[in-house]
Order: sequence, then structure tokens, then C-alpha cells
Amino acid sequence: MIGLSHYLVLGALLFALGMAGIFLNRKNAIVLLMSIELILLAVNFNFIGFSTFMGDLAGQVFVFFILTVAAAESAIGLAIMVALFRNRNSIDVADLDTMKG
Amino acid sequence: MTTAEAFEIPDLMLALPEIWLLGMACLVLVVDLFSKDRDHTPAYWLTQFALISTAVIAVSTQWGVDATTFSGTYVADALGTILKVSVLLLGFLGFAYSRDYMRERGLLTGEYYILSLFAVLGMLVTVSAHNLLTLYLGVELMSLCLYALVAMDRDSPRASEAAMKYFVLGALASGMLLYGMSMLYGTTGSLDLATIREAAATLEENRVLFLFGLVFMVVGVAFKFGAVPFHMWVPDVYHGAPTPVTLMIATGSKVAAVGLFLRLIGEGLEPLIADWQQMMVILAVLSLIVGNTVALVQTNIKRMLAYSTFNHMGFIFMGLLAGAPGGYGAAVFYAVTYAVTVAAAFGVVLLLSRRDFEADQLEDFKGLNERSPLFAFVMLLLMISLTGIPGTVGFYAKWLVLKATVEAGFVWLAVLAVVGAVIGAFYYLRIVRLMYFDKPEGRGPQPSGSGGFRAVLAANGFAVLALGLFPGALVAICMAAFAP
Repeated sequence: MIGLSHYLVLGALLFALGMAGIFLNRKNAIVLLMSIELILLAVNFNFIGFSTFMGDLAGQVFVFFILTVAAAESAIGLAIMVALFRNRNSIDVADLDTMKG
Repeated sequence: MTTAEAFEIPDLMLALPEIWLLGMACLVLVVDLFSKDRDHTPAYWLTQFALISTAVIAVSTQWGVDATTFSGTYVADALGTILKVSVLLLGFLGFAYSRDYMRERGLLTGEYYILSLFAVLGMLVTVSAHNLLTLYLGVELMSLCLYALVAMDRDSPRASEAAMKYFVLGALASGMLLYGMSMLYGTTGSLDLATIREAAATLEENRVLFLFGLVFMVVGVAFKFGAVPFHMWVPDVYHGAPTPVTLMIATGSKVAAVGLFLRLIGEGLEPLIADWQQMMVILAVLSLIVGNTVALVQTNIKRMLAYSTFNHMGFIFMGLLAGAPGGYGAAVFYAVTYAVTVAAAFGVVLLLSRRDFEADQLEDFKGLNERSPLFAFVMLLLMISLTGIPGTVGFYAKWLVLKATVEAGFVWLAVLAVVGAVIGAFYYLRIVRLMYFDKPEGRGPQPSGSGGFRAVLAANGFAVLALGLFPGALVAICMAAFAP
């Protein structure tokens, strides 16, 4: 029987994976976008799990809002990345270091 | 939010400021589309009118009211009114200062006004939220617009790098905040902040899970504030973004962050004050130390103000952790007056900037007194206010926060903050020395800008002095918001 804790553990794992992706990745900035998406989806897992097990719909409504905002967020992230690539010809995370101090 | 609940039409009048601003933003969008004016003059005046009229509406419909609408997701109260009026006023100042700067760089487009207006709308929603969902949507509306604004200067490698950093860390902060919210929802079964507050007072078996969520939320909020150790993005974003956008991030979004904290943690999780107080103490101590020491070695004024922000965020955190009502009132007073002061400081940077020239080096301030005694004096007022010298509003704000901190029993923290402020005096007063006693190499940047810009900037500078001499009214307003 799959219980609430299984969903929570899966959510926590996905969240940790997303965090690791952001902090360990030194190569490609696209991976950062993927990691952010993973973090938001982990949160969605939590909300749906709680919502189902409590029989309360509000959590699932929240998930729809998160999905919508995540789509807008990705669009802006990709647009910024295009601007970055036009200026730099590179989207390596390691190159994001021109400002010092 | 059960299905059995009958649908009832919400009281739209209570949320009139936001609805009005949304309508005006859409109007600006359409008017700008059909306007042939190359300087976007109609958009500019409509935007300024929208901000001022929204502030008037907020005061007339929400001050002294304490009611919720939209099924309890939106609250109209005195705290919201104060924060809204200050955010709108800061937006007004930002637009008044930025027009020449943006025009000279070819950035004065309709999008600048639209995105800024929607960012302001996001701030208003945040400070009036009474539900986790509204809070999240307000914060995201503000953040998404700000990411795009930072990247507005598309041909600047620095701006796009700053935008990328801001975007990634901002999204990470939202993720943290959301993860904490999901834990809150799971343990209390509700998204409503009033229900969460009641449940937080009677936690039993779920306490660990609840505190786990609380940690994530404090981290998320600290990211949005830019408090140490979650501060990595702040200097680069301040430095890389176009100065008017930096102004907006440094002023309006900080006031909105105070609103976010007060709604989510200050009010919603008040029964757990003993738990989050300790985390806030750590954040405040680190912010005070890092802010002052690193700001000493900066040569770029935008970066210097970024590092000095940490110091001021440390002070705001001290007020917030002291709790209601004195601490919260002091923190709101500090945030509002700090934002007004810093808005004018960036205004002076904008005043000295010209086409293809950013007056963002400390050297650009050398001998400013000979070129423009008025604005050298304004900058002098701002710097001594940020230092906290008596006679200016900065002193009074610091004094209120220190008083609340000592009353809450954190004497050592107050001592640390005072030592920090003394160190801070060095880098603020260095600018005063450059302006009055040093000679520029060559002629140095001349003040530019239209008459209106100069008048508003001078008024803003003298307001810092006036508020310092007569702080009573504003203090009373800030304290009234938390009166039991």
C-alpha cells in the first residue's frame, strides 16, 4: 500500500535533486532551468499528496497555479538565456563571473 | 474552499486599489500602443497618474478598515495601506528619476512602464495577501516582472548576466518558499493564514513537520530580502541592472518583502515566535557583519549600496524579531524611510549619468560641491541619514529598532548593531569627503536632467531631513498599524 509518506519522500528526493542540480552544475545554464522545474514539481507532488490524503481540494487548486506560474517563469528564463547567448556566445555557468567585488 | 460552500460575490470595493491599478496598467498598454510619441510621454504621465490615484484610493478605502474579501484570501487593513502607499510613492519617485536616463540609452519603451506597473501591482497584492496562494501569486508577479526589467538592456552583457543570476536564485527562493508552504498546508489542512495561525498555536504530533516547513519559509523570505547568507545575487544584480531598475529592486521590493514577512511569518506563524526568532537572530548578525565589512572596500557606488543594504536588512530583521507591536512598527518605519533615502541616492547617480556614461564610480563624486552645491548637500543629507546621525530620519529609525531590540531582551545584538553602524559611518562619510574636499580629475560629470527631475530629487532629499526633525506623525502611523 502506497501511503502519504511515500509521496512525501519522493517529493523530498526530487527537491534535493533540483537543489543539487543548481549548486553542483558548472556547465550548462539550461540545466539550471531544468532544476528549477524539478523543484516546483516536487512541491506539486507534496501538495497533491496532502490534498488527496486530507480530502481537501485547495491543494490541487494551488498546483494549477504553480504549473501556470512555472510556465511563465520558464519563458522568462529562456528569454534571458537568449539575451545572454547573444551577448556572450556562451551559456556556460562558469562564464557568469564578469562582475567582481 | 469546499464545494458545498455557496458561491457568493466578493466585496470588490475592498480590493479597489489593486483593481484600479490593474485597469490603469492595461490602459497604459493600449494607449502606448497607439501613441506616436517617441518619448512615450502619454505612457509616462498616465503611469504617474495611476500610481498617485491608486495611493489616494488605498488611503480612502483601506485605512482604518480591517476586513477580508474573496473568501478570506485578501485583507484590507492599516498595515497594508502603509506599505501600499510607500510602494506607490517609491514607484512615482523611480519613474520621475529614470526618464532621462532611459531615453538616453534607448530603453525608454512602453514595456518599461508596463512591466514596472505590474511589478508594483505584485507588491500591492503581496502586502494584502491573507492566504498562501495570494501571497505566492503576488510575490511571483513582482519577481517575474523584475527579472525581465533587469534584462531590459538587451545589448549589455552585464545586464543579462545579472538577470540570469537574479532569475535562478529568485526562482530557487520561490521554490523554497513553496516547499515550506506545502508543509504548512499538510500539517494544518488549510491555505488560509488565519486558520494556520490557530493551528500553529495548538500543534502536537505534527510539530516537527511544521517546523521543517518553517525553516524553508524563513530561508525563502531571506532570499527575497537579500539577507546574508542568502545574499549572493544582490551585489551583481545592483551592479548589472540599469540604475532605475536597481532603484526599484532596492526600494519597492524591500518594502514588499517586509510585507511578505509580516503576513506570512509575523502574523501567520506568530505562536511560534520562539522558534523563528532564533533563525532571524542568526540572519541579522551575519547581515550586520558582512554588510559593513565588505562595503568598506567597494569602489562602485551601486555595489557599495548593495553591501550596505545587508546592514540595513540586518536592522530591519532586528525589528522583526523583536515581535509585535513595537518591533514590527519599528521595522516598517525603518524599511519605509530607508527606501525613501536610498531612492534619492540612486536618483543622484541617475542625475550625474549621461549618454554612454554611468556615474557609478565613487570617483565621479569628487568635487561635486563645486559643480552643484545643492545636490552635493542633498547627497550629504542622504549619507548622514544612512549613517544614522541625529537630525536625519535614519537616526530615528535606528533608535526605534534598537529600543525594540533591547526591550525584547537582545542587548548584545543592539550593541553589535551600533558597532556596525560606526564602521558603516566610514564608507558613507567617505563620499561626503570626496564631494567636499577632493578635486575631480578633469571636469567631472555635470548634473543633467530636467527641471522636474531636479525638483523632485531635491524635495526627496530634504524630506529625509524633515522626517528626521519631525518623525512623530510617521512613527504614529506605523505604530497604529500594530495597535492591538
